Amino acid sequence: MLEMFQICISLLDSTIRIATPLIFCAMAGIFSERSGIIDIGLEGKMLLSAFVAASATFLTGSPWIGLFSAVVASGFASLIHGFACITNKGDQVISGLAINILASGLTITVGIALFSRGGQTPSLGSDQRFMPIDFPFQSLINNVPFFGDLYSDVISGHNVLVYLSLLAVFVTYYMVFKTRFGLRLRAVGEKPEAVDTAGISVIRMRYQAVIIAGILCGLAGAYLSIAHGAGFGREMSAGKGYIALAAMIFGKWNPIPTLFACLLFGFLEALGNRLQGVELYIIGEVPVQFMQALPYILTVILLAGFIGKARAPGAIGVPYSKEG
Amino acid sequence: MIEGNFLPRWVSIGLIPLINLLLAFLVSGIVIFFIGENPLQAILVMIKGAFYYPGSIGYTLYYTTNFIFAGLAVALAFHAKLFNIGGEGQAYVGGLGVGLVCLALDQSINSFLVTILAVFGSGIFGAFWGVIPGYLQAKRGSHIVITTIMFNFIAASLMVYLLVNVIIEPGQMSPETRDFSEGVGLVQVHKLANYFGISMAVSPFNISFFIALIVSFGFWILVWRTRFGYEVRSLGHSETAAKYAGIDVSRTIVLVMAISGGLAGLVAINELLGVHNKLLLGFTAGYGFTGIAVALMGRNHPVGIFLSSLLFGALYQGGTELDFEFSSITREMVLLIQGLIILFSGALAYMMNPIVEKIYFNYFKGPKNA
Repeated sequence: MLEMFQICISLLDSTIRIATPLIFCAMAGIFSERSGIIDIGLEGKMLLSAFVAASATFLTGSPWIGLFSAVVASGFASLIHGFACITNKGDQVISGLAINILASGLTITVGIALFSRGGQTPSLGSDQRFMPIDFPFQSLINNVPFFGDLYSDVISGHNVLVYLSLLAVFVTYYMVFKTRFGLRLRAVGEKPEAVDTAGISVIRMRYQAVIIAGILCGLAGAYLSIAHGAGFGREMSAGKGYIALAAMIFGKWNPIPTLFACLLFGFLEALGNRLQGVELYIIGEVPVQFMQALPYILTVILLAGFIGKARAPGAIGVPYSKEG
Repeated sequence: MIEGNFLPRWVSIGLIPLINLLLAFLVSGIVIFFIGENPLQAILVMIKGAFYYPGSIGYTLYYTTNFIFAGLAVALAFHAKLFNIGGEGQAYVGGLGVGLVCLALDQSINSFLVTILAVFGSGIFGAFWGVIPGYLQAKRGSHIVITTIMFNFIAASLMVYLLVNVIIEPGQMSPETRDFSEGVGLVQVHKLANYFGISMAVSPFNISFFIALIVSFGFWILVWRTRFGYEVRSLGHSETAAKYAGIDVSRTIVLVMAISGGLAGLVAINELLGVHNKLLLGFTAGYGFTGIAVALMGRNHPVGIFLSSLLFGALYQGGTELDFEFSSITREMVLLIQGLIILFSGALAYMMNPIVEKIYFNYFKGPKNA
């Protein structure tokens, strides 16, 4: 019983760690797609900012400068995306794909030129990373059965970006649903003509949305390389941007359900790692690859309308031009 | 608009794509410059690597073959206004088709027959992986871009599982099947040349290249000379119009995705039957994604696709040479160039139009509204 409880605690702990970059990226996706801009470039922006965060931190010694640089780099990538699909009315999927491939090539190329380590950055010491924060009274509560472990391992003991990601969810919710900006954002994604008629610039709204998306992806990337990890490795985003995209669809472009989708996908991965080589009753060993594929399979099933219906914003993917 | 105010064809399908391509190379050159190397020297190394050294042309054409198949796959879907990002997964599963046919039959029946069946196996398995997203788009309204992305990941997991747990050669550590038996496979051109007494440098260039050329011709017939091709292109122009013209839209989408997946699946014959002679992990190496750049640059036409495949073939082969000649630039540079080409020839394809129009009409044809 106690062992079971310990396993649950450690599963929840890793769920949160795995879910953090997904949460940032999925919120980024919500901002972008709610404004009508498809963003499959989440992956590339996260990869780019992970690299920039680790490099800037290594070169300056300060993770805060690393974090800032990551956000700037990712924001810049967003501007390219915006320039291509808002200003030049280019295809949003193609532009996102270009950013993903560019990020792969650029991080390795510049990484090798800067550090000559085959694309990796040198590893960072603990003073150059965002380290776990221990909440107060931990030693006191630690002795309380069950709740003590829950408090010290699941609630406390994460780095600052983990808590920031949760905050981002509520800020996203508030901005999208409770502010004038959010009302306009959603309107721009559904019926841009209406917003234009009301005298609000569609272009400006969409640029604001993609830049916010860029900033959030930058936080995700920094989390990977200077908080969760200690340095950048080639292709370290490893498809997380796409899982975040899936989570966003799973959460139907709403921040709170999307948070739970991220946690679900994080939990599936944590469980998959945990179950590796474990024989279960009746089922036998669950292949780890099946657990890895499960978020994608679930998303396909959801999109096919077999579990509820995921409806994208009405004007998504369509460049806006005045006069039709 | 008045007739004659349009750009002539040589500008719109020749000059503007060329300018976009040059922009991509220019930005790559700037990156190389900032790294501290000489961009012109890098280009020279790549050209030599792709065409000059013995066997290099063979390697270039071997890569070209992959890109023709992958490019045609993306292009066919584009003609129906469908974006198939799933070429990578379809090629991977196509490899499974090749592998299963060879492993099941190569001990028992004639190896020539096995090879032919394996070629069909690649197409059929690739088609299967393309047709599911197609069906879901046509009948259930799921967005094909998202579904095909998801299917790439599902394919990757599936193949790892099968190669690690099921079809791995027993007693082996690396996740590969056993070698296909002697005689199965598509013959490499240098061996063919040797047979006729011509000496040729060794390279993986094999007869899949010629299959790719035949398939390209078939693609042209299919899209521009058949009723089905007409339906596909009408659907691409306007779904509503196609529907009113009596075209069965769902059926066309499903068929297009089947053929598109099949074309992507054929990448596996070049890799597995032409080179590796076994099924192995990750043999698709991003060729499916490169197919998107190829189709965009080639404007979805077989001739354009051939030319852009050749360019990408040269980039890939020339890129490997970068590893040897420079300490600070590697073949990943090619990935950067590829990303820039997708950006400039795809997403920013029309960026240069207003400028070119202005120059053309002001300096060559007199003022536009005269």
